[in-house]
Amino acid sequence: MKKKPVNQCAAFEKAAADRRRETYVLRLYVAGINRRSEAAIRNVKALCEEHLQGRYELEVVDIYQQPTLAKGEQIIAAPTLIKALPEPLRRFIGDMANKERMLVGLDLQPRKKS
Amino acid sequence: MTPAKRQTHQAKPPKWDLRLYVAGQTARSVTAFANLKRICEEHLPGQYRIQVIDLLKQPQLARGDQILALPTLVRKLPEPVRKIIGDLSNVEKVLVGLDLRARDAANEEKAG
Amino acid sequence: MAKRVRRGKLEPLEKCPTGISGLDEITEGGLPRGRPTLVCGSAGSGKTLLGMEFLIRGITSFNEPGVFMAFEESAQELAENVASLGFDVPGLIARKKLLIDHVRIERSEIEETGEYDLEGLFVRLGAAVDEVGAKRVVLDTVEALFGGLPNEAILRAELRRLFRWLKTRGLTAVITGETGERTLTRYGIEEYISDCVIFLDHRVNNQIATRRLRVVKYRGSKHGTNEYPTLIDEDGLSVLPITSLGLSYPVSRDRVSTGVPRLDAMLGGKGYYRGSTVLLSGSAGTGKSSLAATFADSICRSGKRIIYLSFEESADQIIRNMQSIGVNLKQWREKGNLVFNTVRPTLQGLEMHLAMIRKMVKAFKPHAIVMDPISNLISVSDRIDTKAMLMRLIDFLKNQGITAVFTSLTTGGLELEQTEEGVSSLMDTWLLVKMVERNGERNRLLYVLKSRGMSHSNQVREFRLTDDGIVLTDVYLGGGEVLTGSARMLQEMQDRVQTEVAAADAARRKRELDIEKADLRADLDALKARLANIEAEQNLAQRGETTRIETLGQRRRSLSRSRQAD
Repeated sequence: MKKKPVNQCAAFEKAAADRRRETYVLRLYVAGINRRSEAAIRNVKALCEEHLQGRYELEVVDIYQQPTLAKGEQIIAAPTLIKALPEPLRRFIGDMANKERMLVGLDLQPRKKS
Repeated sequence: MTPAKRQTHQAKPPKWDLRLYVAGQTARSVTAFANLKRICEEHLPGQYRIQVIDLLKQPQLARGDQILALPTLVRKLPEPVRKIIGDLSNVEKVLVGLDLRARDAANEEKAG
Repeated sequence: MAKRVRRGKLEPLEKCPTGISGLDEITEGGLPRGRPTLVCGSAGSGKTLLGMEFLIRGITSFNEPGVFMAFEESAQELAENVASLGFDVPGLIARKKLLIDHVRIERSEIEETGEYDLEGLFVRLGAAVDEVGAKRVVLDTVEALFGGLPNEAILRAELRRLFRWLKTRGLTAVITGETGERTLTRYGIEEYISDCVIFLDHRVNNQIATRRLRVVKYRGSKHGTNEYPTLIDEDGLSVLPITSLGLSYPVSRDRVSTGVPRLDAMLGGKGYYRGSTVLLSGSAGTGKSSLAATFADSICRSGKRIIYLSFEESADQIIRNMQSIGVNLKQWREKGNLVFNTVRPTLQGLEMHLAMIRKMVKAFKPHAIVMDPISNLISVSDRIDTKAMLMRLIDFLKNQGITAVFTSLTTGGLELEQTEEGVSSLMDTWLLVKMVERNGERNRLLYVLKSRGMSHSNQVREFRLTDDGIVLTDVYLGGGEVLTGSARMLQEMQDRVQTEVAAADAARRKRELDIEKADLRADLDALKARLANIEAEQNLAQRGETTRIETLGQRRRSLSRSRQAD
């Protein structure tokens, strides 16, 4: 009756290895060009270059110019960074200056504290 | 190479026998596995075995092993059995859960 | 009940019969099929039992297998708990109709280290449902998860997902929750279950526990909104709908003798209607029980069966007391026509009484029932409760065509109509036995206050308990007052003497007149004789002096005329 557990370890080893080669799809929503949006763009770009070099796509959207996009993505705060891929989808709000938190949220670094 | 796999075939069971329960290959379950792997390599090199149980493939095992939240890491050995839920991204807490770090040390760090 | 046929999708709301006695009546068919229902209540209110019975009845009555996911008790504990109710849980498990999954959560052995979800629970439930082909699911008590898992936000999101998942799978689910301080459930999960919410209440009043059930909401369906008394006995859970039968019971034109011929005469000549309700009220010692016992005797005498429920005296005591008025109840008990049930009303709650009566009636199938006295039930609960209970009982009895005689003790001080206000309106016939005190003695009077559907006497009768049973006597209505007992007898004797005296007077008077008449006749005869003599004398003298005699004769005749002598 009781089935012997089947070890899926190998499959997960492979998936974890694939993960390291995954492409990140990021969208940064800003509201016009001001100091805060400029800081956010600068911070996100620097982080991507340092940790995701060669495997990321970053698109910057000005919600003033493309308000329909903001609605579709349920953007309320600005700036908002959306990590569309790899799943799960994550949202970051603010100027993205806290590098530690960004790395954890992007699954690039384990969480250190609770 | 995977030291975990080699040890599976040894007569003597490894000192650390760990089971990771997941439901399919999701971002979270792969994260949990990657996190577990990294922690084991760092803290328990050569003395652990990881089994990954996919409950989508073997749903009955959830009942027998009292699994509720996913991912769940079960420390089968050394006894007593411990359960750790979540994607294991909080390394400190994983170490505490595995008894690799004293509980108060973690708290101190938390407070600090 | 037959299995419900699955109907088309356009049907507004399909229901899933629970098979729990009474619950399907008040929900007009059962729980919403394919949707979750929240059953909440305090600890010990019977949530788990309701869930378990829902599954077991689903299997045994509707062939719908079920999964019981227990967050608090183990499968073995659950099986043991319901074994006393006659549910064979291990048997159903062995037949693969029922699956119990005990979800054990040890907070102390769980370390939370990052993000997670409850997919494990979903997988488990899904596997269990597939294993037995379940149509019904119980989650008891899912809120235990809040104590076991630290992250409430995740839990809430996951519970919401779980209820949605149950719907998608088309499972009819019962989710139990313990009542919170201000909310229906401790963690407010009622927010996520909007289709049907049932509330169980278990309260203790005057040391007597009463259980109640209320359908708080039922989206898209009519449902009874009252609090329904509920009980748990060896047959499981029963909800007692207050007017489950409505007023559509058949009525009978047959009559049943009261056991007292003159009382029958007062009730249209034939007695009570069969299947009617009779209230005998009176103060202490007025002979209510005797009247009830006489009725019981009469029922047995005609070869029928009766249940005598006594809330005051033991069966032996009643038998002995009735012996003293020549009513032998013992023989009927021995023959099996009469069953006594004597129980203190305070021993159990009202609904327990009701359930017991229903059960006895179903088992013994009596033609009549006596409850002596119902006023004692009021001591158990307030009057409204008693009335509600009696209403349900009467509906039930009427539906079975059982004649019911209730006695009621009226308390001194209050106006009678007032004390009986609560229950008299439920009664078809209302007899009142009243004590009247006069000339240092107490006597009983019997009135028919009402009797629906028959012409009944408006007369008052004296009600006497004799060695030969109950006797009704005409009362003396004299001097603008009702006289009874010795006063009545004295009056009657006085009446008799007076009559005799009057008769004697009349006879004497007649005799006197006769004598007078005779005297007058004698006088008349004497006068006639004298007249004859005078005439003879006259004839003789006529020959002498004619003229003188003629004048004399004229004078004599006029005299005679004035005396009306002819």
